[in-house]
Amino acid sequence: MNGRHWIKRKLLQFIAFGCSNPHLSNFPGGKLYEGKWKQFCNPGLNCYSCPAARFACPIGAMQAVSGSMDFKFSFYAAGMLLAFGVILGRAVCGWLCPFGLFQELIHKIPSPKRGLKKGFLWIKYVVLAVFVLLLPVVATNYMGMGKPAFCQYICPAGTLEGGLFLLGTHPELRQTLGSLFGLKAGILIGVILGSVIIYRFFCRVLCPLGAIYGLMNKVSMYHLEVDPKRCVSCQACHKACRMEVDPVKTPDSMECIRCGDCVEACPKNAIYVGFRRKAGVCLPDTEER
Amino acid sequence: MRMMMALTACGFILYGTARGELDIIWNKAVHICLECIGLG
Repeated sequence: MNGRHWIKRKLLQFIAFGCSNPHLSNFPGGKLYEGKWKQFCNPGLNCYSCPAARFACPIGAMQAVSGSMDFKFSFYAAGMLLAFGVILGRAVCGWLCPFGLFQELIHKIPSPKRGLKKGFLWIKYVVLAVFVLLLPVVATNYMGMGKPAFCQYICPAGTLEGGLFLLGTHPELRQTLGSLFGLKAGILIGVILGSVIIYRFFCRVLCPLGAIYGLMNKVSMYHLEVDPKRCVSCQACHKACRMEVDPVKTPDSMECIRCGDCVEACPKNAIYVGFRRKAGVCLPDTEER
Repeated sequence: MRMMMALTACGFILYGTARGELDIIWNKAVHICLECIGLG
């Protein structure tokens, strides 16, 4: 892996993390930011109950509106996800998502590393359809209000970023701990252990945001191209890809997070990731590696 | 296709904003989400 590329990407990921969670001074008191920016959606998965969070989680926002008494679908959240997706696709996951960064960092913990069977990749679409879109609308109380089912039953980001810190600073909340917290803590532990062993375990198996952005990889402006004239089918890009994507066979794979590791690995400079260029146009001559 | 999706996104955002969805999101986001932190 190219050191400069790794440093550049980590730097941007940390900057994105800082932009998503700038209100660090809220942690000791367990307060939440209450300013006007909280109504706007973060591109990545970041719980709005995190004391440091500036923006709203897009998945939480989607469920909040669709579970409300007034509306059954959030055009605003869907529009924001569509906008992020059509511009960046799953590059949001690779460069901007705070929880993605967290998983990459804990994957560095020394342990046996494993791949992921392809069948597991479809689970996140079921999570999206059932927990994010369906349950907040159909599982309603007597007032017609639904709960954010993904946030309530699955999301480990909420447990990690919000639950642990807020339970530490709010003793009155600790008195209401029950089996639901046990379930969410168990999922968080499972995700952490999974991420240590499997690269970006949550992103690939459970994340509904990754599911949405992945669907838009085919049309996103930020895209990946392989120059067939330069490619020698050496598979260096496939071996370098930690999401187990073959960029030559599936440049628009729904699993590609546009991290650029394949670009760095290609000995023939045959891969481009970015906004410009059309398919089939030769990349500029540069010294081959 | 991209242009259509981008325009649709703008339309969705404007419509959602106009009908007051931002207020619902803000109200949810500025209070501790008990479901999110595992307290139901």
